[in-house]
Amino acid sequence: MSTDTDIDTLVSREYAAGFTTSVESDTLPPGLDEDVIRFISSRKNEPEWLLEWRLAAYHRWLEMTPPEWAHIHHPPIDFNTVSYFSAPKSMADRPQSIDEVDPELLRTYEKLGIPLHEQAALAGVAVDAVFDSVSIGTTFRGKLKEAGVIFCSISEAVHEYPELIKEYLGSVVPQGDNFYAALNSAVFSDGSFVYIPKGVKCPMELSTYFRINEAKTGQFERTLIVAEEGSQVSYLEGCTAPMRDENQLHAAVVELVARKDAKIKYSTVQNWYPGDEQGRGGIYNFVTKRGVAHENAHISWTQVETGSAITWKYPSVILRGDNSVGEFYSVALTRGRQQADTGTKMIHLGKNTKSTIISKGISAGRSQNAYRGLVRISPRAEGARNFTQCDSLLIGDQCGAHTFPYIESRNPSATLEHEATTSKVSDDQLFLCRQRGIDTEKAVSMIVNGFCKEVFKELPMEFAVEAGKLLEVSLEGSVG
Amino acid sequence: MLEVRNLHASVDGKDILKGLTLTVKPGEVHAIMGPNGSGKSTLSNVLAGRPGYQITAGDVLYEGKPLAEMETEERARAGIFLAFQYPVEIPGVSNMEFLKASLEAVRSAQGKEPLDAVTLLRRAREACQHVNLDQQFLKRGVNEGFSGGEKKRNEIMQMMLLEPKLALLDETDSGLDIDALQVVAKGVNALRSPERAIVLVTHYQRLLDYIVPDHVHVLADGKIIKSGGKELALELEQKGYGWLTGEEESA
Ligand SMILES: Nc1ncnc2c1ncn2[C@@H]1O[C@H](COP(=O)(O)OP(=O)(O)OP(=O)(O)O)[C@@H](O)[C@H]1O
Ligand SMILES: [Mg+2]
Repeated sequence: MSTDTDIDTLVSREYAAGFTTSVESDTLPPGLDEDVIRFISSRKNEPEWLLEWRLAAYHRWLEMTPPEWAHIHHPPIDFNTVSYFSAPKSMADRPQSIDEVDPELLRTYEKLGIPLHEQAALAGVAVDAVFDSVSIGTTFRGKLKEAGVIFCSISEAVHEYPELIKEYLGSVVPQGDNFYAALNSAVFSDGSFVYIPKGVKCPMELSTYFRINEAKTGQFERTLIVAEEGSQVSYLEGCTAPMRDENQLHAAVVELVARKDAKIKYSTVQNWYPGDEQGRGGIYNFVTKRGVAHENAHISWTQVETGSAITWKYPSVILRGDNSVGEFYSVALTRGRQQADTGTKMIHLGKNTKSTIISKGISAGRSQNAYRGLVRISPRAEGARNFTQCDSLLIGDQCGAHTFPYIESRNPSATLEHEATTSKVSDDQLFLCRQRGIDTEKAVSMIVNGFCKEVFKELPMEFAVEAGKLLEVSLEGSVG
Repeated sequence: MLEVRNLHASVDGKDILKGLTLTVKPGEVHAIMGPNGSGKSTLSNVLAGRPGYQITAGDVLYEGKPLAEMETEERARAGIFLAFQYPVEIPGVSNMEFLKASLEAVRSAQGKEPLDAVTLLRRAREACQHVNLDQQFLKRGVNEGFSGGEKKRNEIMQMMLLEPKLALLDETDSGLDIDALQVVAKGVNALRSPERAIVLVTHYQRLLDYIVPDHVHVLADGKIIKSGGKELALELEQKGYGWLTGEEESA
């Protein structure tokens, strides 16, 4: 019995979050044209300016083509087979409180282990849950309001805080930024809005869970976080989707604005359905995430990516203000036929700006895992510094790991460090573990967790544990 | 405790052990010596169940049960411990975490509750003290950046915690300075008991000055060609292996 064959089978396990919910929903027929956009906008009672904004994005999108530079392969997506709006029917009149939410939906969240009710209270987490296209209720709004913090769905924010939305929507990721961002701008259905006033430290972790439920529906959420001068917030998003034979499209946009001295920590645990062993089904995840850091501000992205058939995602920081700091900590695990092309962009504009990139890619099965990162130092970014570390871990010998680091330095005073390693979960390591009584599965999970340690320690405590477990579950059955 | 009869074993299709017979009883310490490449590590690996090592003929019984039917981790849980000749590094996994997983697996197989955190830490610290390892080593990654001698002592530290029934030590003495050698020997001697057996693979008499064996065997070309008491080791030290292997050829 050889360990290689153990390893070959390590990568096959059932997707734990793969159940569908039988909630009646009203879903638009597939296809995209101006009428669809008008429908979405009117369903949400949006002001005229927003409809115009969407339509402008749509026209930009029509002239664009999907990016082809990523190390991913998939048949061309027919955007007319996707449905662009789906709201659970019982949501036609929005519930006024969480108690009015369809119990079936709540059970869905329970199955996902989402602490929405009392669990949320215990955990001290405020949760905004997006189920397909509509935000179904935000916990803890009262307590946050006291602190002056706004945390609500973006649709609500459009009505309640129109000036803020008008000012910031598209201010970091413009409508025509890229193909998928333009699509999102045209059809975004919901998402979260967070506003932290000057000098306020948000009293609790904010959290959103996204879940795609309807077959053939795209999910296009849009998140906007504005942290005023000297404020602080830590935000976590988690994602899951049921098992489907067809691929499902997900194209989100996240915009962060960190004013002078503000601090935003954005963590993601992404566990969309990855497709089956043969690569059937799974989520196509094309996400644009970007933050602007003003003077002395601090933006930190932490992501644990274990799901999706395809991940195309580069959370970035524009270091606009002097002394601003950008960080990117990433764990991306691919198995089966998953493909991930993920990384970051650190754009140094201000003086003495500093960025750190720690990327850990784990590939198993027949998956492909690529790190793609850009560090750009502008001519006026005197004294800018970057440290990049990209580590790849291979499990088995049929997977691939790739690293594409791009560096553009136009200021000679910049300090740039880059380290990269590739290693394997070796037979010798597994033998040592097994000789000490530890079974192969546990051993692999321990070794992988050890490999990710530097990133996990950046996650909020309770989620670090969750992330470790998620990796363990994702690797279940990968070895003998 | 261990009964090896006419063992033939191969690695990646290459025959290495060619009819090896060895009986180890509880309470005994056996030393196995022999030239480089004679199959000493192969024997340890076969006993511990390293993947790729095939028993092609003969029997190996551990406590009356055929070893071939036990998975690697089952053997460990049943009390077989191999201290590696070249311990491998596991970056990012702390020694403590590793010990915990190991002890839990072994104890649960024996129907015992896992140790509580305080007891576990106390025992781990004691084990470190036994082999003169600073407690900082519990926090470091398994063997990560350890010196050769530290790796060996780390193995003995784990052995002391796991309290195996059958300990196989593959050249634990090589690469150790004189002080470390004594420390390791002290640890092994502390483990000696009427219900435990120890098999030492070594090239040097000096370890046997500290851990006095009951039996010494010479392994050459996959077979035990001579067995004796502790005096045999002294004789080998003086004469080398030539006279024995030569004897074999002329026989
Ligand atoms: N994977 C393998 N493939 C082929 N030959 C192997 C393999 N592993 C070991 N061998 C061979 O088996 C023989 C015995 O090796 P082993 O490591 O058991 O020797 P040893 O007695 O422990 O030697 P040393 O004293 O140098 O540690 C050697 O000739 C070695 O080259
Ligand atoms: Mg050897």
